[in-house]
Amino acid sequence: MITALPILIPLMVVILLLMVGRKVYWLKLIGISGAFLLFLASLLIFYTVRQEGILVSQAGGWPAPYGITLVIDLLSALMLLISSFTAFLVGVYALKGIDEKRHRFRFFLFFHTLMMGVGGAFIAGDIFNMYVWFEVMVMSSFVLITLGSEKQQLEGGIKYVTMNLMGSFLFLAGIGLIYGKTGTLNLADLSMTVRESDQTFLMNSSFILFFMGFGIKAAIFPFFFWLPSSYHTPPVTITALFAALLTKVGVYGMIRFFTLYITDINPFWQNLLLVLAALTMVIGVLTAASQYDIRRILSFHIISQIGYMIMGLGFYSAFALAAALFFMMHNILAKTGAFLVGGLIQEKTGSFQLKSIGGLFKEHPWLGLFFFLPAMALAGVPPLSGFFGKFFLIKGGFEGQHFLTTAIAIWVSIVTMFSMIKIWNEAYWKPAPKDLHQPASHPLRLKRTMIVPVAVLGFSTLLFGLSAGWFMEVLQEAAQVLKQPELYIEAVLKPV
Amino acid sequence: MEWTLLILFIAAGISLMIPSRLKNLKGWILSLFPFGVFVYLLTFIPVIDEQWLIERSRPWMADLGLNLHFMLDGLSLTFALLITGIGTFILIYAHEYMRYYSHTKRFYVYLLVFMGSMLGLVLSANLILLFIFWELTGISSFLLIGFKHHQENVRTSAIQALLVTTFGGLMMLAGFVLLGLASGTYSLPELIIGDIKITQHGWYLPILILILGGAFSKSAQFPFHFWLPGAMQAPSPVSAFLHSATMVKAGIYLLARLNPVLAGTAEWQTIIPLVGGSTMLIGAYLALTQKDLKAILAYTTISALGMLMLLIGIDTELAIKGALIYLIVHALYKGTLFMIAGSVEKQTGTRDIDLLGNLAYKMPITTAVALLALLSMAGLPPMLGYVGKEIIYEAKIQAPHIAGFVTFFGVVSNIFMVWVSIFIAYRVFFRRQYHGFKTPKETSHHFWIGPGILALVGLILGLFPHQLGEYLIQPAMNVIRAESLKVDLKLWHGFNQVFMLSLLTVIGGVVLFMLRKQIIPFFRKVNKKFFDVRFSDLFTRFLDGIMLFARHNTRIMQHGYQRIYLMVLFLSVAFLGWYQLIDTRFWTIGLSVGHLPPYVTLIGAIIVIATLFTLFSRSRMAAIISMGVVGYGIAIIYLIYSAIDLAITQLLVETLTVAIFVLVIFKLPRFAKLSSRASKIRDGIIALLVGGFMTGMALKARNLELQHPISDYFLNHGLSEGFGSNIVNVILVDFRALDTLGEVTVLLIATLGVVALLKIDKS
Repeated sequence: MITALPILIPLMVVILLLMVGRKVYWLKLIGISGAFLLFLASLLIFYTVRQEGILVSQAGGWPAPYGITLVIDLLSALMLLISSFTAFLVGVYALKGIDEKRHRFRFFLFFHTLMMGVGGAFIAGDIFNMYVWFEVMVMSSFVLITLGSEKQQLEGGIKYVTMNLMGSFLFLAGIGLIYGKTGTLNLADLSMTVRESDQTFLMNSSFILFFMGFGIKAAIFPFFFWLPSSYHTPPVTITALFAALLTKVGVYGMIRFFTLYITDINPFWQNLLLVLAALTMVIGVLTAASQYDIRRILSFHIISQIGYMIMGLGFYSAFALAAALFFMMHNILAKTGAFLVGGLIQEKTGSFQLKSIGGLFKEHPWLGLFFFLPAMALAGVPPLSGFFGKFFLIKGGFEGQHFLTTAIAIWVSIVTMFSMIKIWNEAYWKPAPKDLHQPASHPLRLKRTMIVPVAVLGFSTLLFGLSAGWFMEVLQEAAQVLKQPELYIEAVLKPV
Repeated sequence: MEWTLLILFIAAGISLMIPSRLKNLKGWILSLFPFGVFVYLLTFIPVIDEQWLIERSRPWMADLGLNLHFMLDGLSLTFALLITGIGTFILIYAHEYMRYYSHTKRFYVYLLVFMGSMLGLVLSANLILLFIFWELTGISSFLLIGFKHHQENVRTSAIQALLVTTFGGLMMLAGFVLLGLASGTYSLPELIIGDIKITQHGWYLPILILILGGAFSKSAQFPFHFWLPGAMQAPSPVSAFLHSATMVKAGIYLLARLNPVLAGTAEWQTIIPLVGGSTMLIGAYLALTQKDLKAILAYTTISALGMLMLLIGIDTELAIKGALIYLIVHALYKGTLFMIAGSVEKQTGTRDIDLLGNLAYKMPITTAVALLALLSMAGLPPMLGYVGKEIIYEAKIQAPHIAGFVTFFGVVSNIFMVWVSIFIAYRVFFRRQYHGFKTPKETSHHFWIGPGILALVGLILGLFPHQLGEYLIQPAMNVIRAESLKVDLKLWHGFNQVFMLSLLTVIGGVVLFMLRKQIIPFFRKVNKKFFDVRFSDLFTRFLDGIMLFARHNTRIMQHGYQRIYLMVLFLSVAFLGWYQLIDTRFWTIGLSVGHLPPYVTLIGAIIVIATLFTLFSRSRMAAIISMGVVGYGIAIIYLIYSAIDLAITQLLVETLTVAIFVLVIFKLPRFAKLSSRASKIRDGIIALLVGGFMTGMALKARNLELQHPISDYFLNHGLSEGFGSNIVNVILVDFRALDTLGEVTVLLIATLGVVALLKIDKS
């Protein structure tokens, strides 16, 4: 039963939200309670999976390859946990960070449909069902981007949705082909079929469609254009939510498919992954270096850091996979935190443009600390989480003797530090430009519900770093499960 | 022992909590923490003498080989005593120096974290732990150097220092990871004592170079040296600390620490002396041409660091001994001199040696302290500096292979050092002219207690070097050379070859000082001609270059044109797809079109013709209608293969689409710009590539059926268990009801999204 909670809780919340109409107070109350409940449920799921192993539930009671199966292994449980945790914090921030107008038009409803899509994608054990949840996500995020109907939001929204629909189309085409070839949609059944057949190379052609579909969702090179075109257009709270969830679902899909279907090192796929990972890292970080809008810098860095995750997947060892997962979790925390601080900066100064702000550190040392933690975590400074992610990936890379890719990753991390220091330097250290008067309405006190989530995220990068050993243990366990698809297959197809 | 670290980090927290009532005692209160640690560490001297090494370990990330593993031996202890001892006086000095600065709360936090990180660095017994503290010193020094961040050059210098040292740091991390893989451990005691022969390993050279990258950048070796003069933008207490006991000494510590692991090879004995030797000479030379007192001192630090590197590279017992003594010598006099420079600046308002002068009579105590330190810097008796220099000369003369080269370099650099010492003494303190901005008077005791004690320690140790040798240098030597050694230090070595060299050095320095009026302008001119490259400018230009490239890159990558994004997307899809198709080309595709009934073929032909008509039609209306034909054609094919539900859906969608299109077209301007011929061809090629790939895929999929489809199950169980004879319906509402739930949700979101989109402005 608890297997379906990641879908059911948001669904219930959405129904409740529909019943209260546009009463902002109730929308906020139900919305945030729902987000908290989802986090609790994820904790429960994580605990259960740790105790009992892979959780499987057959929707409607139809047996495995025929109906839709929901599966939660350790990877899914971890993804649910981290995504619901950050989403809850973003939700708290959104109470004041999103204006009344957007709340009235049901920000929280779209928030929860997005969570439903994300949760569904994480637990779907069926390839078409996964596609459906991707659609739910795309539609919710499209509405969230355009919520407010400002001109640039609409422009960003259009770019976002066209390119993402391209991704969905490729994914769907892949599903069609795979069903034609294997006659099944169940992930486990499919994996078994592929493993039992001697013609696995024939999977490759439809698999390339999945790869491109996920690649677009994950914003890897050369599919990332939608991300920087759209992420800076909605209110920063929404961007923070996207940074935590959207691209990571794409990465999740890649990890799931690669571990289920391409179980042995395959030179074609490995080279493809590593080359694209390197290009994604380098192009993302270079493009970020030239930006002067905080949101754009951070957006381009998302791309660069997706490259690290893909690189970890490309190294193919269980350790490197765990390292990639660690990096992903770190990135979700740090990136969301950094975006939300960007929101606070904008609240205070009225701008995201580094050239027109400054002097923040003198006046708001705490705001400085809350930025410094996630930013330095992203730059990979120990003992924050990013350092360990980087360290594990370097270790995994050297172990597999992928010296060139690893060296590129190390170089990219220097440029990342440069970008983070640039924000620090311009927004915090540089004296505020004199010719720009700060709007009188802005030096108001920041609301506590906006500061607390930012502080929690900032310190969580520290805690996550300090307890990296424990998390790595769990993640290595998760990677071990992933490296043995027979566990997944057995859990799904032979229920007790 | 490991708690001492925690004490300093706690002190950083406490510094925030000291009530403003006690503000006048803040530096003193805080100095108690490092002083306590210093005294506590002193008690370890006899223990170390007996045991060589004390280890403490707590598991942290045991599986990953990263533990809270600390060690204390002669080498760590020497560094730890310098850090906490000098740190104590730095805090007392800072107390007065920072009095009129704002935001000093932050300053003390940074300083104590810096101190704690440095202590952690020298106490770490795990390479990764060491790296963590290494980076923490980098970050905390970044914040310290940039403390006066309202000035642009301060910010630039801080960023430069951070980026250069982080760059080296990451090289080092890569080196550590390789070392860990090659040896199977990150534990320093295991590496040092164990019988793992890293020097024989195939990865030895990359490991060495990567680790040297870290050490050289941190210890400001040529060509990474330029960040250090920039770092003098920090407040003087920070400069004094950074140059004497911390930060720049980290690289020296690292190489001394790894000496038993990595040294003893030709690579070690070539690369390090070469880099160290050139840094030594360049540093000393550049010191002479500076006008800013702190800049002169900064370049002499570079020279001293070069000397230390050189000695470590020579890699003989004598050289290591010399390095250890010189390390202490340099820490003592450089800490003193930077604090003095700070006092002088406070009292006169300038650091320009062309303006300073005559302070001996106005600030006698400061002058006395400064002279002691300068004596040590010049390497004259009876200071510890003399003891050090004698051993170093001896080590250089006896250096294997390269004695001539290093002795010459050493003598020249030392002559420069003597010269600089006399020059500073004369220009700042004894010259009769004074053009400063304030009327100088003696400083309060806060300003001279710390430097005074450090200088006196230099004197006392010079007079009684034996104790220093026995209690600190010897245990440190033991662990570096991994054998039991006897160290006996003396101030006076008798009239020998080395003494002659010393004499030559002093005479040379004095003579050059006499000739300064001729030589310095000449040096400056040479500088202008040949050394006009300022490395920090080069670095800035390098960063600007990256930015420029990045901007260029952004223009190519993120130009904002949706159609080009889509084009790239489609091209990439086609590229990857065709690559995959070609990769599996040996799979024969059986074309079975011939077996289709003629009416299906006919409908297919109609679809193709309608598609072509859409493409070439000049009228929008005709294009839309022919697209409708394509849709209806597909619906009929569905119908033929008895997918009635699908056919109905397709018909409805197609009709709606055509209707909406027609409605929209009336709103569009009448004459649209048509694409040029070239872009039509280009788009056509892309479309054919993508379409061709999809067709290829579909044909391939048709020929392959790995297992029997699950649809049979639906046929068999639809009525009996799903209670519906329309299979599609049963699938939608029962077998795969969850999909339907998801799709319904999509519709709900779309509906509410449209409401929000249209109404939100009006509300």
